[in-house]
Amino acid sequence: MEVQVKQIRKHFGPVKANDGITLSVPAGAIVGILGENGAGKSTLMKILSGFQPADSGEILLDGKAVTLRSPADAIRHGVGMLHQDPLDFPPMRVVDNLLIGAPGRLIPRRGDAAQAVADLAGPLGLTLDLKAEVGSLTVGERQQLELLRLLWLGARVLILDEPTTGISATQREQLFGTLRRLAEQGKTVLFVSHKLEEVQELCTRVAVLRQGRLIGEALPPFRVDKLVSMMFEREVTPGERLSCATGDTLFRLTDVSAEQGRIKLDPFSMDIHRGETIGLAGMEGSGQAVFLRSCAGLVATTGGRIQLEDVDLTGKNYHHFKKKGVAYVPAARLEEGLIPGLSITEHVLLTQHKPGFFIDRESGRKLAQQRIGDYNIKGTPASPVESLSGGNQQRTLLALVRPGAKVMLLEQPTRGLDIESVIYLWTKLKERCNDGGSIVFTSSDLDELLRYSDRILVFFAGKVSGPLDAKTTTVDQLGYLIGGRDISGTGIFDETDPVQEGGLDG
Amino acid sequence: MDGPTLLVGLAGVLATSAPIAVASIGESLAERSGVINLSVNGTILLSAMGSFAVAVTTGSLVLGFILGAIIGAVVALLVAFGSITLRRSQVAVGFVLTLFCRDLSYFLGNPFMGDKGPRLAEHGIPLLQRIPILGTLIFKHDVMTYFSFVLIIVAWWWVYRTRPGLTLRAIGERPEAAFARGARVNLLRYTYTVVGGALVGLAGPMYSLSVKAGWKGTISGLDGLGWIVLAIVIFGAWNPVRVAFGAYLFGLLQWLSVVLQPSLQGIPSQVLQVAPFPLMILTLLFVNVGNAEWVDRILASLPEASRKRVAKILRSLRVVQPRSLGVPFEPD
Ligand SMILES: Nc1ncnc2c1ncn2[C@@H]1O[C@H](COP(=O)(O)OP(=O)(O)OP(=O)(O)O)[C@@H](O)[C@H]1O
Ligand SMILES: [Mg+2]
Repeated sequence: MEVQVKQIRKHFGPVKANDGITLSVPAGAIVGILGENGAGKSTLMKILSGFQPADSGEILLDGKAVTLRSPADAIRHGVGMLHQDPLDFPPMRVVDNLLIGAPGRLIPRRGDAAQAVADLAGPLGLTLDLKAEVGSLTVGERQQLELLRLLWLGARVLILDEPTTGISATQREQLFGTLRRLAEQGKTVLFVSHKLEEVQELCTRVAVLRQGRLIGEALPPFRVDKLVSMMFEREVTPGERLSCATGDTLFRLTDVSAEQGRIKLDPFSMDIHRGETIGLAGMEGSGQAVFLRSCAGLVATTGGRIQLEDVDLTGKNYHHFKKKGVAYVPAARLEEGLIPGLSITEHVLLTQHKPGFFIDRESGRKLAQQRIGDYNIKGTPASPVESLSGGNQQRTLLALVRPGAKVMLLEQPTRGLDIESVIYLWTKLKERCNDGGSIVFTSSDLDELLRYSDRILVFFAGKVSGPLDAKTTTVDQLGYLIGGRDISGTGIFDETDPVQEGGLDG
Repeated sequence: MDGPTLLVGLAGVLATSAPIAVASIGESLAERSGVINLSVNGTILLSAMGSFAVAVTTGSLVLGFILGAIIGAVVALLVAFGSITLRRSQVAVGFVLTLFCRDLSYFLGNPFMGDKGPRLAEHGIPLLQRIPILGTLIFKHDVMTYFSFVLIIVAWWWVYRTRPGLTLRAIGERPEAAFARGARVNLLRYTYTVVGGALVGLAGPMYSLSVKAGWKGTISGLDGLGWIVLAIVIFGAWNPVRVAFGAYLFGLLQWLSVVLQPSLQGIPSQVLQVAPFPLMILTLLFVNVGNAEWVDRILASLPEASRKRVAKILRSLRVVQPRSLGVPFEPD
């Protein structure tokens, strides 16, 4: 289906999120929507899928003007949106999830729905366990479910807002395959992403937004530098590889083991040095998150010792860890990290541990202003956090980490950030390393892991391999290890006996 | 105790539990949609008093029951208005209303204290009541007890088998997702809260015109039942059948405390009278123990085979509350 938008405008208070966007997409195209954080991509997508009304402007589907009053209305017109965090119902079964909101009679026919969706899934190369509970599926599988549901309801335009941030590489390939097949059938796909290589791989055209306006469009072959300069109005190059690692131990793990839910971590030892950056690689749910949480005192360790400098932190709780200088930044921004409804100033005030009963708003506001400047956040001290764009929420989260933190444990710190912000953020983080702090972070982006870590730990089914020296490891090697395969001949580690001592780092 | 007496006793349990079962199912529906109606205790008292007064004055039982349902619906409407439209705390609105309704019932009920009123008669169902055991147990009751049986089945069927039931579960779970799929979240919340409230309201006359006929002010013995209803809803994991089971369990405990009294001479009768309340709360704690982290830890130290079994039992008992219970929804 052909999609056209004309002069779409949408403002939030003084912010012009969409400032007269006119764009036309032919049927069968896969359009990459690019733009820096806060450029207005999500806003445009939400307008197109009925989640938000535009202030003014027109939407035309196959040349006919339509008004999309609600998401349900949009799907009736054939426009469906897949959210980064799929809008489904985790405690319910897959079939029930399909049926919620689907038209039909009083008693739904589960069998018919299941059959129809299975018929759709087959040719697209997707399989779905219809009896499973949605909560037990991975984000990737939940996306597939949503995709199938939208298609089943008759979607001919599919909108995907940063769909690849939470899913594995295999699932991404599968998603791309599906999208290509859908495009061949004449469906239109709008694909929002910050990862240019994905856009290069998948899209048949690209539209770039900046400050709520359409800056330009491009057709393949795409040149990355060209796209980047369109997005940021200037060239962006990653800085030199920086290492501030020293030889003296800051954080020492001795035979630490932990368990959370289904994931069990084998005993592991390591010395993390002052100024060092440790990257944690692995597929979602391989144990890296549990590792990070046990290092933060959020998951009780089942064995071993954790020491920060001379202080023994074994068995202590999160607050104790925090007081001693271990900071943890979770991946789930609005669920765990930020408090919806509170402004940036209030967040700053909350994280400051000042004596006294009354809050000092003025100093809080000044501090918030300073952090906003420091971390280049698009927002004001009074902005409630949920009104910030995804990337800006992430920056706020990192800006809140107290300057005194010695060990920073970061779960996917650059998720949803645009390229420039990733580089900027790492400059900021490396400054902290330079001051003697250490960073442990997880990422699904192999290039990021290799570029910014000093050493890398690879997690597979609760087993830890490594540490690998990031300077000498290649993307392919890392990819193999993440998939649970040994890199034979390199001698980096032997799968039957993963290196568990801190012996390799000395 | 001989067989027939036991049977009659158990049939009595089904009848005396009926108001609690009906109220609990009503509350479950409201909570499934995402609204906690905390006014149950006051509502039951007020509707018990109100319907009794109407029945005494007009001589009509039907009017009494209708008024009971209306009182419940109106109080629930206030809760819904306060929490959905005005976005006030559901807990605060409900709590104030429960206190207000309770005092109002004692105050307005004064003139009717100790009056003799009409009482719902028992109607055995022809033929069916002659079935051995089941006949006495199930088919020899008054009409409201039959209503409670039907309600349990219909409510279960509605929640788990029908399309609107699916939507009901959806709006209590993730209203924003349900909205995205076309559900009119707040309208539905209003509807279920009011319907649920009407059912809670019916529990009043089910007491004052049937199970505990009459109105005796503060010594009517109805105060506190509403809180048990709220506990039973959690115990029953918002599932009508399980909730009804909880109601019967409470009824059974109450009955036992009466029958066992002669054989437990050492224990003061007051203790036995209130025992069902703490016992019910204890059951609730036990049911939810599977949610606690320390239980997982203890379990981890058990031998493999028995751990699996215990874990399975705990998991099947574990209740997961509707995720958006008590959370207002604002479409943007
Ligand atoms: N509900 C809202 N209230 C106030 N401001 C908003 C709201 N939603 C978006 N904005 C603002 O509109 C601008 C565009 O936001 P949008 O979410 O569309 O950006 P984006 O391009 O998707 O960015 P990102 O890549 O970070 O996700 C931002 O400045 C944001 O702060
Ligand atoms: Mg966005």
